[in-house]
Amino acid sequence: MTPAQNTAGPGREVLNSDDIDRALRRIAHEILEANKGPEHLVLLGIPTRGAHLARRLADALERVEGTEVPVGSLDVTMYRDDLRSQPTRAVEPTVVPPGGVDDKVVVLVDDVLYSGRTVRAALDALSDLGRPRAVRLAVLVDRGHRELPVRADYVGKNLPTSTAERVMVRLAEHDGEGTEGVRIAGPAEVAP
Amino acid sequence: MKHLLSIADLTREEIVSILDTAVSMHEVQDRDVKKLPTLRGRTIINFFFEDSTRTRASFEIAGKWMSADTINLTGKGTSISKGESLRDTVLTIDAMGVDMMIVRHPASGAPAQIADWVDCSIVNAGDGTHEHPSQALLDAYTLRRALGDLDGRHVAIVGDLTHSRVLRSNLLSLRALGAAVTLVAPPTLMPAGVASWAGVDGFETSYDLDEVLPRVDAVMMLRVQRERMSGGYFPTAREYAVTYGLTPRRLALLPDHAVITHPGPMNRGLEISAEAADAARSLVLDQVSAGVAVRMSILYHLLAGEGSTQ
Repeated sequence: MTPAQNTAGPGREVLNSDDIDRALRRIAHEILEANKGPEHLVLLGIPTRGAHLARRLADALERVEGTEVPVGSLDVTMYRDDLRSQPTRAVEPTVVPPGGVDDKVVVLVDDVLYSGRTVRAALDALSDLGRPRAVRLAVLVDRGHRELPVRADYVGKNLPTSTAERVMVRLAEHDGEGTEGVRIAGPAEVAP
Repeated sequence: MKHLLSIADLTREEIVSILDTAVSMHEVQDRDVKKLPTLRGRTIINFFFEDSTRTRASFEIAGKWMSADTINLTGKGTSISKGESLRDTVLTIDAMGVDMMIVRHPASGAPAQIADWVDCSIVNAGDGTHEHPSQALLDAYTLRRALGDLDGRHVAIVGDLTHSRVLRSNLLSLRALGAAVTLVAPPTLMPAGVASWAGVDGFETSYDLDEVLPRVDAVMMLRVQRERMSGGYFPTAREYAVTYGLTPRRLALLPDHAVITHPGPMNRGLEISAEAADAARSLVLDQVSAGVAVRMSILYHLLAGEGSTQ
């Protein structure tokens, strides 16, 4: 049941679709173990791909425990510290599950952890929405090179990279069937 | 995007981007903490040379909710009343290092003229009978929420079109979004040469409101601007109400799904009856609530991105 190596796109594949599924399943178990069950959990994905991963993680949690875990998305664009150095970014929706985040254990979900600045922005955004009991961080890929004191609680894959390389996450929901996977490319291989 | 002077300066993509971002901004309105840090350290001057309630208040709220420092100035109580020229006044304000001036002025083209003089961003908050772009964007936002995609929809714009700056901005934005537009007004209040406006086509004009109403998805009622009227544009207010007002009888001519908007302030009993203004299909208060979200989105697009730093 191993899908053919996905050769679409530049660089080399480090996770295929099955690897991503396995990583999310493992993270689901780790979250349940650390939290001693699904109580008080809320998953918030950081758009765009983090939001898709959060939904997949919620499905994985439901398959293990049989209970539905509230899932939403948290857009951090308005809280970024690099807005003025880039063209205007599109803003994605923030969807807070009906129960809110007060006194919940919020698991932030993102695709790649790099500088840590997105997570910093997410923590600020979250504090404007309420006061969670605890905030955890789950990422599919940790590629290192942190610029802030941020650490992930749950990691799909630790991927040593150089800053010149690019890590590309493609998910079927967002990028289309057949493209899914995580690839790493050197500066010369990245299409302009 | 540095200034917002006219809808004509915006591409369809830019309009859609502003409207889409406004959806996210609208969500902030329901929060306990209505504050985003996005424009921290930016200074915005609301410079209003003409009366306004909702535009000025919503621009001020929008700026404050995005953490900008907002200051209100009016024509009265500034050095304008001591005889200082408009140019000197705005250059003085600009020299203080502000990032944006939001300008309402009775003279058409004043904001564009000011944009030539100063370095900061200029937003046209209504200039004479020319344009009122933020109003058109919030109207489009409100209609999109009620009707979905506006492509192929039919909107009637009814009322005092000659004196309306909302008309020109709305015509441009609705056409850019693909909606069909019919302008309805008495012959005296239909702008001269409206059919030959540069750059816009695909709209029709009519003097017969009863004929137009059954085939619209939305009807936009515009205020009769008595303060701008010097001549006799119609015999009596009562005659206007009977021939061009949205009366209870005309309300019944609308298709079931059709909605009503009015940019406010309303002359109840003149262009719009109380029954129409308070009907379930009236979006008047939705427009006001959308006003803050859309203006937050405008500030974000003008001040947050690359190249917005002086």
